Amino acid sequence: MRNQLATELLFALSQPGRRGALFPDSDVPKKPLNELIPQSALAIQPTDLPEVTEPDVIRHFVNLSTLNMCVDTHFYPLGSCTMKYNPKRHERLAGLPGIVDLHPYQNPSDLQGMLEMLYGMQEMLAEISGLPAVSLQPAAGAQGEFTALLTAKAYFEDRRENRTKVLFPNSAHGTNPASAALAGFDCVQLESSEEGLIDLEDLKTHLDDQTAVFMVTNPNTLGLFEKDIKQIAQMVHDAGGLVYIDGANMNAILGYTRPGDFGGDMMHFNVHKTFTGPHGAGGPGAGPIAVRDFLADYLPGPVIKQTEIDSEENQFVLETPSKSIGRIRTFYGNIGILVRGYCYLRTLGAEGLKAVSENAVLNANYLKIILKDVLPVPNGELCMHEFVASASKMKSENGITAMDIAKRLLDFGFHAPTVYFPLVVPEAIMVEPTETESKETLDAFAETIRQIVKEAPEFLHDAPHSTDISRPDEVIAARNPILQCCET
Amino acid sequence: MPYLFNTPEQQQEMLETIGVSSVESLFATIPSELRLDRKLNIPPALTEMELQSHVSNLAEKNIGPSSRVCMLGGGAYDHFIPAAVDEIARRGEFYTAYTPYQAEASQGSLQTFFEFQSLICRLTGMDVSNASLYEGGTCVSEATFMAMRVTNRHNRIVLLGSMHPEYRQVVESYLNHLNCEVVVVPCVNGCVDPADVDEVMNDQTACLVMQHPNFLGTLEEAEQLTEIAHKYGALSVVSYDPISLGLLKRPGDYGADIAIAEGQSLGTPLQFGGPYLGLFSCSKKFVRRMPGRLIGQTVDRNGKSCFVLNLQAREQHIRRDKATSNICSNQGLIAIRATVYLSLLGKQGIREVANLSCQKAHYAAEQLSQIEGINLLFNNRPFFKEFVISCSEGPDYLLRKARQAGFDLGPELSRFDFQNGSELYQTGVLVAITEQRTRAEIDRLVMALKA
Repeated sequence: MRNQLATELLFALSQPGRRGALFPDSDVPKKPLNELIPQSALAIQPTDLPEVTEPDVIRHFVNLSTLNMCVDTHFYPLGSCTMKYNPKRHERLAGLPGIVDLHPYQNPSDLQGMLEMLYGMQEMLAEISGLPAVSLQPAAGAQGEFTALLTAKAYFEDRRENRTKVLFPNSAHGTNPASAALAGFDCVQLESSEEGLIDLEDLKTHLDDQTAVFMVTNPNTLGLFEKDIKQIAQMVHDAGGLVYIDGANMNAILGYTRPGDFGGDMMHFNVHKTFTGPHGAGGPGAGPIAVRDFLADYLPGPVIKQTEIDSEENQFVLETPSKSIGRIRTFYGNIGILVRGYCYLRTLGAEGLKAVSENAVLNANYLKIILKDVLPVPNGELCMHEFVASASKMKSENGITAMDIAKRLLDFGFHAPTVYFPLVVPEAIMVEPTETESKETLDAFAETIRQIVKEAPEFLHDAPHSTDISRPDEVIAARNPILQCCET
Repeated sequence: MPYLFNTPEQQQEMLETIGVSSVESLFATIPSELRLDRKLNIPPALTEMELQSHVSNLAEKNIGPSSRVCMLGGGAYDHFIPAAVDEIARRGEFYTAYTPYQAEASQGSLQTFFEFQSLICRLTGMDVSNASLYEGGTCVSEATFMAMRVTNRHNRIVLLGSMHPEYRQVVESYLNHLNCEVVVVPCVNGCVDPADVDEVMNDQTACLVMQHPNFLGTLEEAEQLTEIAHKYGALSVVSYDPISLGLLKRPGDYGADIAIAEGQSLGTPLQFGGPYLGLFSCSKKFVRRMPGRLIGQTVDRNGKSCFVLNLQAREQHIRRDKATSNICSNQGLIAIRATVYLSLLGKQGIREVANLSCQKAHYAAEQLSQIEGINLLFNNRPFFKEFVISCSEGPDYLLRKARQAGFDLGPELSRFDFQNGSELYQTGVLVAITEQRTRAEIDRLVMALKA
């Protein structure tokens, strides 16, 4: 039974005079405020925040939390987003005082443990990617893309080459073109082949001396390994361009193959996907990048370096590369998330990482096979860690859409898969089970889909039926946006 | 491997269903010449017990947090965090949830972000807030991009030289390659002279960006500077300290168009610089040009009030290269922390935290400046909770002496590149005092530095 009162807006719970936090009286001689700060700069009246007690706050947010699905409670078969289990040990370790309380401007000699950990993280990411130089700074995958594009730009400028184009396939994540545009490049979108792979002929027609970077996700967003990637990379390199690997799908290939080995010059990691940093209802993530040697000098600074082992001084230091593109954020990166990623990598080791990919790919292929009669997958015999099914036949025969299935799944205690992405598959349903789901869960999920597609289309259009709210009216929301509760 | 793989028997059964003989054969689409033919060279796996001991050992090598008093500032502050903040943020329902694209299964996160937006609007006096960006420095870049879109002036912005040098560096990295001139107005005596700003502004300038209180802790003439920006048809972008708004006039009160901030002070631990919280709010008329995620209130099919991700047509997953920004996340969990923090503090609490920080900082400044050889730089300028001191024997001596006595001060200004800045800065050391510092601590520092 839900506590309706507690989930009212916080502002409705406010009562003048209530307090949720008390602070001690000042222990220094108190001065009138206007002696410290000119009257003209002082607020005219107190900031009108709600007034509630600590129990109000706890009950409010605990009740709100129960309105969420999350990985700790439900299966999230969310393609392209890798919602795997988030180990609890990470939360404890990232919260140790010697980690969580460090100020970014402490003296580096007092930070040797932290710098050693981050240096270790750089080394492991370099090894996993096959790309030797790493920057931990980017705050998210999209910022990693942007950072790498600036790095490429600096590299070309240094070589006095004026390259203006960034190419990407039409199955690319929306962040790829958005990052390229932000970095001032012209965006060129390529068509995919019938197989759902990069069309080499189409690529060839777009490659020229204006090509700066080709951005590609491998395995791609259809869950397929770009088998011609080496040749593709060669073509891009022959045209003088660089190859960027969007690391969103690294969960499929850990220990099996490396972007650096199949032709990538730069890549980002999504620590919150591949290395179990929790998604946090939207973030924070972390998007470190790895690049080839010849790009290392352009990376944003600072990066962590190890000095001579026998040196008396600090063993780990912060250094800005010689031709650095500069800073792309304040301080050093989303350290709290990187610590979680570090803990994960140290828990798994080389064999564990390889087993992650094997089981992620096994789960995806299994689920794909047991669903193929109801949700056919247009592209590929084998998939990697995810697959994209199409509900278009179903839609034309009885009007059931991808969205209907997604919404109805919520009623059965499954989070919806990603739908309508990638854009190249009509009525796309993109499923990624990850390695942290059991066969039992996958069987139950498939059984539920079977049950759903037998239901009346009208009933499905109104789904979900058992969630706290039914489908929200997004048209009204966009036409007259209400973005806060206290507009004046 | 403790994170669930199916049993060998189940794996076998699954392989049979798929119709292949081994897991290895599922990777057949990776050409054999691209396969890694060796084990990854990373350290061997650790059990939870071993990992705990390994990470604890590394943590213990870090000196400071438990052994020294933190008076470090420069954009990251040691404000008190009530226990209830951690309690809520540690709930799996929040931290292991996905971006709330499925509104029916995410009302908890959505309502919390809506409340976050509402609280930020009240705090800043602005009309609309997004659901957060990465952190303070990148907020400045996003604000300048937005100002260029709004004003349709793409080639020139003006920044105050008193802004956090790292914020300025971020903006330069984001903009330098776009033929956009970044004009930095020198900060000569702890703040910027509005007349100097007026001189460099023109009708091609997209925005004037200021930090108030600024990096050196002092207050700028924010109101007057906003008027100057508007005189030239530019937007006024103000980077504020959220705690300071417990006392100071809000950016919305003096007409700022975009208000941005580093929100770490609102209930997030220092954690070596991140993840932090970018606060971004603006006037209503610019809402469709805003970067980042927005949560809106609407109704469901039964007329019940509910919350959704709104105005997604601006975002990268729909607009691709035409999006308002490439950002595809918000700092969800950190925004939740800030929401809980601001709720606990309420109207009185935010004022008390601001007032305590301000009073104690002024006490500390007064006591420190009475020590022979130590000067309060910019002592004619009002400041909030941070101030700059210099020491006749140099910043290194001062910092070392403080550390020996158990205090971390700083950062020293010599570590930054103050473009167009004063030589004077090179000797300075920032001191930040929050409500957590006590008179006894301040007095002990003063004694130690006198000795």
